[in-house]
Amino acid sequence: MKMNFGQRVPAFLQAGLLVATCFVSGGPASADGPYTQGALRNYNTYCVQCHGINRNGRGVNSRDMSVQPRDHSDAKGMGDIPNDEIFHVIKDGGLAVNKSVLMPAWGNVMNDEEIKELVAYLRFVCNCGSGK
Amino acid sequence: MKLSLLAALAMGLVAAPAVAADSVGTGILKSQCISCHAIVKPDNASLARLWERKGPDLYYAGSKFNRPWLEKWLQNPVRIRPAGEFYTKHIKGSDKEDVVDESTMAPHVKLPKADAEAAAEALMALTGPTDLLSKGAFKGEKVSMSMGAMFFNKLRGCAACHQAKPGTGGSSGPELYTAGERLQPDYIYSYIKNPQAIDPHIWMPTLNLAEPDLQRLTGYILQLSASEGK
Ligand code: HEC
Ligand code: HEC
Ligand code: HEC
Repeated sequence: MKMNFGQRVPAFLQAGLLVATCFVSGGPASADGPYTQGALRNYNTYCVQCHGINRNGRGVNSRDMSVQPRDHSDAKGMGDIPNDEIFHVIKDGGLAVNKSVLMPAWGNVMNDEEIKELVAYLRFVCNCGSGK
Repeated sequence: MKLSLLAALAMGLVAAPAVAADSVGTGILKSQCISCHAIVKPDNASLARLWERKGPDLYYAGSKFNRPWLEKWLQNPVRIRPAGEFYTKHIKGSDKEDVVDESTMAPHVKLPKADAEAAAEALMALTGPTDLLSKGAFKGEKVSMSMGAMFFNKLRGCAACHQAKPGTGGSSGPELYTAGERLQPDYIYSYIKNPQAIDPHIWMPTLNLAEPDLQRLTGYILQLSASEGK
C-alpha cells in the first residue's frame, strides 16, 4: 500500500505543475483521463489546505485540528465509503454524514457537476473501486 | 465665436487637471502597489485569476479596513496570512503535516509615514460596489468569550483555517486575532455570511450560518482583537 502511494505522488505533483502552467486550458473534461483538470484544480484550491499536498490527510491546517482529515490515499479507508456518501460529504459537509464539522460543506462553492468530478478524482487518488 | 472657443478651452484647461491628476496617495498605489493588488474591480473573477493574483484585492479597501490600522500596518507590515497569498504556493510536504516554506515568503513593502498616510487615504476612498456589504447588519451586542470560542473552534469549525490566538489554529486563512483592529464590523459579518460574494472562488466555504451565529462570531472576532491582539 505504501509503495503504491509512493509511486503515485510524483503523478500528482506533475499534474499539479501542469495545471499551474496551463491553467486557462484546464477546461471541464478530458474525456480520455480518469479525472478532469477542473477536478484537480478544485482539489488543489479547496482540499489541499486540510487533506495535504500528498493527499494523506496532513494538510498545512491539520496540525491543530482535533479530528484529523481523511487520508485520501488510503485505499482501504476510502474504498469503504460509497460514491454517494463522498458526494454528500463534499456538498453538505461532515455533519451531514455524522462526521466532524471540521469537514466543511462546499455546495455553495462548487456545483453538482464539479463535485461529481471530484468524486471521480478521489477514486483515482485512492486507487480504490467505486465503493458500494 | 472666438470668445466661446476660448472659454471652452479655458474650461477644458481648468477641468482637465482635476480629472487627470492623481492625489499623492493614488499615485503611490499606481506606482508601487498595482503590480500585486487590484484597485479596480477586475472584469475576470475566475478561479484562474485567483491563482494568478499576487496579493489580496484592494478595490473595496475603504469598506474593509479601519484607517488607523492601515496607516500603522503600511509602515510596519506584520504577516496576516500565516501561509501567505495564496497558501498553495507557499507550502511543502514534511514527514509530518505540510508546513509553510519560509523561503518563498517575501516581506511586504514598507512605506514611510507620510506615504503610508497618503496611501491609506487613497485606499479608504475605494469603497467597491455599493451592494458589497450588509451595512448595519452587525448589532454590536457583547458576546461571552467562552461561548464565542466554543462556536469558533468546535461547533462551526472556523479554527481549522484561522488563528484566534497567535500560533494556534489553521494557516490557510488570515489570522483573526487582530481582525477587530484591522476590519470594519460589517465587513466581518458580511464575509462570514458569504465569502464567495466578496471574494469569488475563495477557499473559505459559504456555510449558510443562521443570524445568531453571524452575530456571535462577528462579536467574538471583534472582542478577540481587544483581548489577544496586544
Ligand atoms: C477545513 C479542513 C478541511 C477541508 C478544507 C476539507 N476537508 Fe475533507 N475532511 C476534513 C476532516 C477533519 C475530515 C474527517 C471527518 C471525520 O472523520 O469526522 C474530512 C473527511 C473527508 C472525507 C471522508 C468523509 C467520510 O465519510 O469519512 C472526504 C471524502 C473528504 N473529506 C473530501 C474533501 C474534499 C473533496 C475537499 C475539498 C473540496 C475537502 N474534503 C476539504 C477536513 C477538511
Ligand atoms: C510584491 C507584491 C506586493 C506589492 C508590490 C504590494 N503588496 Fe500589499 N500585499 C501583498 C501580499 C502577498 C499581501 C498579503 C500579506 C499577508 O497576508 O500577510 C498584501 C497585503 C496587503 C494589505 C492587507 C490586505 C488584506 O486583505 O489583508 C494591504 C492593505 C496592502 N497589502 C497594501 C499595499 C500597498 C498600499 C502597496 C503599495 C505601497 C502594496 N500593498 C504593495 C503583496 C504586495
Ligand atoms: C476552509 C478554510 C476556512 C474556514 C473553515 C473558514 N475560513 Fe474564514 N477565511 C478563509 C480564507 C481563505 C479567507 C480569505 C483569504 C484571503 O483574503 O486571502 C477567510 C477570511 C475570513 C474573514 C475575513 C478576514 C480578512 O482579513 O479578510 C473572516 C472574518 C473569516 N474568514 C471568518 C471565518 C469564520 C467566523 C469561520 C467559521 C464560521 C471561517 N472563517 C471559516 C478560510 C476559511
